[in-house]
Amino acid sequence: MEQKLERILSRVQKPARYTGGEYNEIVKDKSAVDLRVAFCFPDTYEIGMSNLGLQILYGAINREPEMWCERCFAPWGDMEEELRREKIPLYALESGDPIGDFDVIAFSLGYEMAYTSVLNMLELAGVPYRASERKELTPVVFAGGTSCVNPEPMADFLDFCVLGEGEEADIEALRLVERAKKEGWDKPRFLREVSKIPGVYVPSLYTPEYGEDGTLRALTPRDGAPERVTKRIIEDLDSAFYPDRAIVPSTEIVHDRVVLELFRGCVRGCRFCQAGFAYRPVRRHGTEFLLEKAKSLLESSGYEEITLSSLSTSDFKGLGELTDGLLDWCEPRRISLSLPSLRADNFSMDLMERVQKVRKSGLTFAPEAGSQRLRDVINKNVTEEELLNSCRVAFEGGWNTLKLYFMLGLPTETDEDVIAIAKLANKVLYTWRQYASNKARGVKITVSTSMFVPKPHTPFQWEAQVGTEEYLRRVRLLRDNITSKSITYNWHSPEVSLIEAALSRGDRRVGKALENVHAAGGRLDSWSDYFDFERWLRAFSDAGLEPGFYASRERGEDEVFPWDVIDLGVRKSYLLRERHEAYAGRVTPDCRVKCMGCGANCLLEGRKCDE
Amino acid sequence: MSRLLFKKEGRAKFISHLDLMRTMQRVFIRAGVKIKHTEGFNPHPYMNFAMPLPVGTESVCELMDFETDAPIDLAALPAALNAVCPEGIEALEAFDSDNKFKYIKWLDIEARLFYYNKVHRPEELMSFYGAESIIMEKRTKRSVSQVDIKPLFTGLTVEAAGDGELLLKARLAVGEPALSPAQLISALSQISPELAPDYAAFKRREVIDKDMNPFR
Repeated sequence: MEQKLERILSRVQKPARYTGGEYNEIVKDKSAVDLRVAFCFPDTYEIGMSNLGLQILYGAINREPEMWCERCFAPWGDMEEELRREKIPLYALESGDPIGDFDVIAFSLGYEMAYTSVLNMLELAGVPYRASERKELTPVVFAGGTSCVNPEPMADFLDFCVLGEGEEADIEALRLVERAKKEGWDKPRFLREVSKIPGVYVPSLYTPEYGEDGTLRALTPRDGAPERVTKRIIEDLDSAFYPDRAIVPSTEIVHDRVVLELFRGCVRGCRFCQAGFAYRPVRRHGTEFLLEKAKSLLESSGYEEITLSSLSTSDFKGLGELTDGLLDWCEPRRISLSLPSLRADNFSMDLMERVQKVRKSGLTFAPEAGSQRLRDVINKNVTEEELLNSCRVAFEGGWNTLKLYFMLGLPTETDEDVIAIAKLANKVLYTWRQYASNKARGVKITVSTSMFVPKPHTPFQWEAQVGTEEYLRRVRLLRDNITSKSITYNWHSPEVSLIEAALSRGDRRVGKALENVHAAGGRLDSWSDYFDFERWLRAFSDAGLEPGFYASRERGEDEVFPWDVIDLGVRKSYLLRERHEAYAGRVTPDCRVKCMGCGANCLLEGRKCDE
Repeated sequence: MSRLLFKKEGRAKFISHLDLMRTMQRVFIRAGVKIKHTEGFNPHPYMNFAMPLPVGTESVCELMDFETDAPIDLAALPAALNAVCPEGIEALEAFDSDNKFKYIKWLDIEARLFYYNKVHRPEELMSFYGAESIIMEKRTKRSVSQVDIKPLFTGLTVEAAGDGELLLKARLAVGEPALSPAQLISALSQISPELAPDYAAFKRREVIDKDMNPFR
C-alpha cells in the first residue's frame, strides 16, 4: 500500500472499509487477464457489501478466467476530502489500482438517491462523468439495477444500461468490450454493437423530443437500436451462477450475515410496489439447491447468521421444509436463522416457533394503509382480522416489540384513512392487552409513515405525489390521533421522498439537475448527513426544471413516458387496468389464485410462471 | 487455557479491535474449531485478547486466549487457521498457558519515522531520548499534569532506514503507568517539534514479562 494512502487511512473513520484484503476476495494476476472491471456501488462499503446482487455478479464475472472484477465503493466525506487533498484517484479494493485505468466501470443502481454518487465517484476516479466527453472506447461506463427501469435521468452519464438480471447479460456485454478492445473498435461502433445485445439500452442512440407542455413526445432510436428494450431474466435460477463463497468483510456491515435468495418476483401485485412488477415473472430456487448453498456459504464464511431473501418470504412454497432443513443444520452450530419479509396475513405460530428456537428479535409488519378501503385500493391483500391475528400469535408467543409501517399520500387517501392508522394501532395494542403471555414486560408499538413515492412500471405511475405540506398536515392529523404512551409514532421527512419521486419519473433533462447537485458538492444523498433539500431545489431550478412537474403532476393516461422504451414484461395496458381497478376499490387476486395476464410470463420460453 | 500467538500486518492493521474479535470468531468457525461459548441469555464465544491493538498499528506478537468445546491438536491449529485467515492475519503458534496477561510488563516496539522535507540523523533522536528526564504534558478531561516518561522506556535505539526514514526501537512500559508508542513519538512534537516526523508507523515486536523474557 502506498504510504500516502496509509497515512490518510490512519486519520479517517473506519479505515478497514477502504483496504480490501477481506477473506474470499478474488485476486488475479493482472498481467494475465484481458479485461479489468470495477464493480462500483454508489454508496458506502457497509451498504454495498450488504447487497446480494453485488456478491452474485462479482462471482459471476470472476468466473470468467480472462476477466477480473474488483470492487469500489463511495468514500465517506472524511475519506473523500483526504483523497482529493492528496490527489489519490479512486481505487479498487482488491488491487489498489485506480479505476480510471480499468476497461469497464460498472455501477449498481438500486435507488435514485445514489445517482449523485455516481457522478462523484467518476470525478474522484478522474473520469469525465458525461458519456459524451468520454471519447475513447475505455473506460466503458455502464449500469444495472432496479432504478435502471427508468434510465433516462442518468442517460447523459452512462454508455449503456443492462435491464433486468445481469448474470448472463453482463457477461455478454463484457465479452463485447473485450472484442472491441482486441479489434480496435472506436466507441461509436461499440455502442452500436452493444445495443444489439438483448436487454441493453444505449441512451445516446435515442433522441428525446418534448412537447410544448414539457412532456415527452417521443424517444426515437437510431442506428439500428431497438424500439423497445426488453429486460433480461434468468429462466432457471438453479442453473445460473450463485456464489458458494461470500466475501467476509473485516468490518461490520449492515447485513452482516449469509443471504440466501429464495425466489425472484412476487405473486402479490401490490399496486404501489415497483419490485412487485419489475421482477416478474416469479421464479424460484429449488429447496435442495438452497440447502446446499446455505451450507457452503456458512462453512466458507464463518457467519453465525443466515437470512432468507425475497420479496415475500412467506409466499415461498415449501418454506416449512426449507426452514426445517436449515435449522437441523444450523442449530447444533449455533447459527441463527432470520426470516424477513413475512406477510401479516399468514404469520404462523409454527413458523414463529421455528425461528424463535435460536433467537427472538423484533417483528415488523407493513399494512401500508390504515383502512380496509385504502388497502383494497393499493391491493395490499391483508385484512385487519389477519393482521390482528398475526399480532395475537406474536404476543402470545412472547414478542413485545412490534413495528408497523404505513405510507401517507396514497392515491384516494382521505383524512378518515389517516385516522384509521391510529385506530389500527390501538387495536393492536388492545390485542396485546388481551393476549400477551407476559404483560409485565410492557409493549412497544412503533408506527412509522413515509410519503408515498409513485414509481415507474407500477399501476400508480400516472399518480401525483401529495405535496410536502399536505403530507405534514396528515402527519399532524395522525400524531394527534395517537394517544397511547405505548405507541410511538415516527415519520420520515417528505423532502427526500419528493426528490426521489422527481428522479424516479424524471426524463433526460433531469440529468442537468443531477450535475448541478454534484457541482454544489452533493453526494451520498440517501444519507441525512449529506442530503440538502435546498441544494436540490436550486439544482432543479438552475436547470430550468421544477421537481413538482415530475413528482406531483398527474399524468394523462395517453402520455408518453421516458421509461416506455423499457419493456419489463408487464404490459402498460395491464398497469392501466390495475389503476382503474384501484380507483374502483377492487382488489386483484394474487397470481396463485388466478393469473390475470400481466404479460410477464411472455419473458419465459421453456417454462411457466411460478413453477 | 489455550493461547494463540498471531501477527496482524499490512492491510489488516486497519481492522479495529472490535472487528478483529468478530474476524477471529469467524476464522475459528471456518477452520472447524468450536470455541466454547459463555452461558447465559446471549452466549458469546470465549475469547480474550492480551492488549487491544490500536487501529493502524501492526504487530507480530498478538496473544489471544480461547477455550474449545472439545480438546484439539494445538500444534496443528496455526496451519488450519492460516488456511482461512484474511490477508495480513497469520497464526504463529498455539499452546497452553496459565501465565496471566497481567504479568505482561513491557512491550518491544518499532516505529518507522518518515520525514518528508527534511533529514535527521539518528543521533539527534538518540540524544533527545537520552536526556536525564523527559517531561511531557499529560492532558486528561479535568487536568493537565506533568509526567516524566523517561522511566517508562528502555533500550531505545534509532537507525537510518532509507530516504528520509528513521527506524526507532524501544521497550515500553505496560500497565500502570504505561507508555504508548504514539506517546513516545509525540514527546518529540511537544518538546522538540523540529524532530517530529511527518508520519510514524508502529509495530509491536514482542511482549515481555518482568524478568525481561518473552511472555507466553
